[in-house]
Amino acid sequence: MKTDVVIIGGGVIGTAIARELSRFNINIILIEKEDDVAMGTSKGNSGIIHAGYNDDFNTLKGELNIKSNPKFDKLCADLKILFKRIGSLVIGFSQEDFRKLKELKENGEKNGIENLEIIRGPKLFELEPNLNPQAKYALYAPSAGIISPYKFTIALADNAVINGVKVLLETEAKDIRIEEKQVYGVVTNRGLIETRIVINAAGLHADEIAEAAGDNFKINPIKGEYQLFDKQWGNLVNHILFPIPTKLSKGILVAPTVHDNLLIGPNSYWVKDKDDPATTKAGTEEVCEGARKLVPNLPHQDLVASFAGLRADIEGRNDFIIEASKKIRGFINVADIESPGLSSVPAIAEMVSGILKEVVKEISPQLELNCQDDFVETLVEQPKFADYLDKTGEWQEIVEKDTDYGEIICRCEKVSKGEILRAIHQPLPARSLDAIKRRVRAGMGRCQGGFCSPKVLKILSEELKISPLKVSKKGPGSEILKTKTKEIIKETGVKFKDEVRV
Amino acid sequence: MKLEYDLVIIGGGPAGLAVALEARRNTVKDILLLERDKYLGGILPQCIHNGFGVQYFKEELTGPEYAGRFITKLKDCQINVKKETMVINITSDKRIIAINRDDGLLHIQSKAVVLAMGCRERTREAIAVPGSRPAGIFTAGTAQRYINIEGYMPGREVVVLGSGDIGMIMARRMTLEGARVKAVLEIMPFSTGLIRNKVQCLDDFNIPLKFNHTITRIEGGKRVEKVTVAQVDKNLQAIPGTEEEISCDTVLLSVGLIPENELTSEAGIKLDPVTRGPIVNENRETEIEGIFACGNVLHVHDLADFVTEEGEIVGRAVGEYLKGNRKFRSQPIKIFPGDNIAYVVPQHIDFIVPGRKKIKLFMRVKKPEERVKINLIDDKGRVLTAYKKRIVTPGEMVSVFLPEVLLDDKLKNITISIKRD
Repeated sequence: MKTDVVIIGGGVIGTAIARELSRFNINIILIEKEDDVAMGTSKGNSGIIHAGYNDDFNTLKGELNIKSNPKFDKLCADLKILFKRIGSLVIGFSQEDFRKLKELKENGEKNGIENLEIIRGPKLFELEPNLNPQAKYALYAPSAGIISPYKFTIALADNAVINGVKVLLETEAKDIRIEEKQVYGVVTNRGLIETRIVINAAGLHADEIAEAAGDNFKINPIKGEYQLFDKQWGNLVNHILFPIPTKLSKGILVAPTVHDNLLIGPNSYWVKDKDDPATTKAGTEEVCEGARKLVPNLPHQDLVASFAGLRADIEGRNDFIIEASKKIRGFINVADIESPGLSSVPAIAEMVSGILKEVVKEISPQLELNCQDDFVETLVEQPKFADYLDKTGEWQEIVEKDTDYGEIICRCEKVSKGEILRAIHQPLPARSLDAIKRRVRAGMGRCQGGFCSPKVLKILSEELKISPLKVSKKGPGSEILKTKTKEIIKETGVKFKDEVRV
Repeated sequence: MKLEYDLVIIGGGPAGLAVALEARRNTVKDILLLERDKYLGGILPQCIHNGFGVQYFKEELTGPEYAGRFITKLKDCQINVKKETMVINITSDKRIIAINRDDGLLHIQSKAVVLAMGCRERTREAIAVPGSRPAGIFTAGTAQRYINIEGYMPGREVVVLGSGDIGMIMARRMTLEGARVKAVLEIMPFSTGLIRNKVQCLDDFNIPLKFNHTITRIEGGKRVEKVTVAQVDKNLQAIPGTEEEISCDTVLLSVGLIPENELTSEAGIKLDPVTRGPIVNENRETEIEGIFACGNVLHVHDLADFVTEEGEIVGRAVGEYLKGNRKFRSQPIKIFPGDNIAYVVPQHIDFIVPGRKKIKLFMRVKKPEERVKINLIDDKGRVLTAYKKRIVTPGEMVSVFLPEVLLDDKLKNITISIKRD
């Protein structure tokens, strides 16, 4: 296999770069080791688009966050995903907190954010009636927003695929083939992909990929645990509520999600294993305690999911790495994308596009980076039954055209069979239960797939023309079912009549 | 499509089926039964074990057989049934919106509505088990569906968390299929299911049931690999040093059921915080006149037989409601749970019914007790009547009769309390 550019990693960074580069008429392959995109940091984070007052404008973090924030309205409208600019409040309780809020505000203003405001007194509780009554001050940033990070990633990937990017799932980079200090290809579990340009967007594993190309940095994973509450609680808060930030993190937040759930978290601690997003009892308690400082009455009885995410961190470094390798030609690192990584996505993609142009000039001047005339910038809106509950007449027309939209598979999130079929056949198709869940929310609700997962499993098996035994939760090794009934008895030869009293 | 009915029943499980038949017997004319699944019977078709019907039919049936008896009768009564039809909205003025493949959206106006949507299983999150989120974690009822309806085994080496009835039944079912059920863990010092299920499903198959134990961690990347199990103290906290690892590929959860009342709440009907079902009078009528609820949507029952009984109460009550000849008491009698009583259904008594001799009250206790008296106490602390019980336990619903003669005009409140005898 041969291509012009290989992007390693199907997280929000890799897919955003893929979409941006798909403007050019070059051949691009994105490889992802899991069975779907958004399987690492991109699915386990807060989903916040920050206003940009936290970091210094002289850092990439500060600059790219500030440049990106205003772009989200159009980008999300183009991608047909939800983005809600609900604003954020950093909550202060003491005089010292007040000083810190002023510092944040000054920094934000230095970065060019104009509408920051320090709020105090009754207005605070008008904005947030359920806020801890001991709160005294807040830094209000109206330009902060919320997004679904995995839906964003999937939409970016869909859009990239429509524009010609080839996404290879379950394809893991094993080595970078280098000849005379120039990238020559990527060795994968599926064979060699010849390319002269590699973009390393491997997230937590970016250090391993970089090492194969001779660049040395060490990524330490930081774990953050979250709790998600039932949809009836999304209106418990109206904004993203943060505590006063520390050097290590922006703290345990309380925020609604774009799907009206309530999200609390994350805590923040270094772990060794890059692939172990397990929750802990201590973490759960820490997250609840942290969140209660902001909103004392949390609906613990209506917890829908606990999850954890891991994010990349390089010790001693407080900025993104976005640069062409100084040692190897054709190798671009996009690494250490910690917070505010998600908030910086559009500008990161544009910056990488700029770096690519330089690299191409240097190593492949024959490759012309012309923009495709037929670049598709927008996705087509896909109707969701849950959005039509008060527009039933319009949904009736949809059902009349395609009866699959009249069969409701997921009762909690109100997802029709038509939506699930579409997810299985969209540009970046869903091939597992979790992939369906991330695309259309079947199984995301209060019963957590108890009722719909057997039905979704059957649909996947029929559509992909595979045995139900091959249908998985999240790729090979995570199959849901073990055998047909009666098979284990045949294997073991156990006869119960003889052995136990029935 | 616009439709009008005398009675719309939401849910075709044992509750909805009983309502339909009994309402028809009580001369209710235009009845529509809406069922979201492909078949009637609710969860019964996947309950292929025996033990159904002992109370109602005085014989032992399997779930599909039990449901089958009602479904057969239903066919003779010309009751309209729409299967694979999901109700998405109910309003307080009894308008219903539903959807299916053939009709698209149905807009239905009914004179009476019965909520019979059943319940759902509590998930891992309801009990906050830490660890990873691999394949191989199922609620017991989902595993039951995979095995008994779909014909596939979801695991080979199993740990069951919770001693609810479905969990114990599935421990036996999977054992019979050749799986190894390594343990059933119960965080409480007593079984939360029926005693008969503990004996017939666990003891008879040498499946260890560990009281005061829970899972403190689930491990595995793609598929469950092992769980850490620990003993708990009186406050249900894991005792350090008692941890033990059990390797398994499957965790089944049987940690309780929750009445499925999202539609109810959206209609503005008030729920009881304990049952998580609507607050009802002796007719199982919610606070909105003409909207009734029965079966597991009202409160979680132990036996389908009790659900049928409750459905029949509602079937009769709908008949009375539609005839319009009901007489209200000057003020309702409110019934409150007292010592060691978690809840009582119905929560209030509203009607004067000539010829009625007694009202059956259903309740659940908070903790097991032996040799007790169930006291029905009035506002002034006087014991109106009392019933002796040898044993009460949260896993087994308790019922007592409230004799009509005690219900004089001035009676406002009754509290039910458990006392050591």
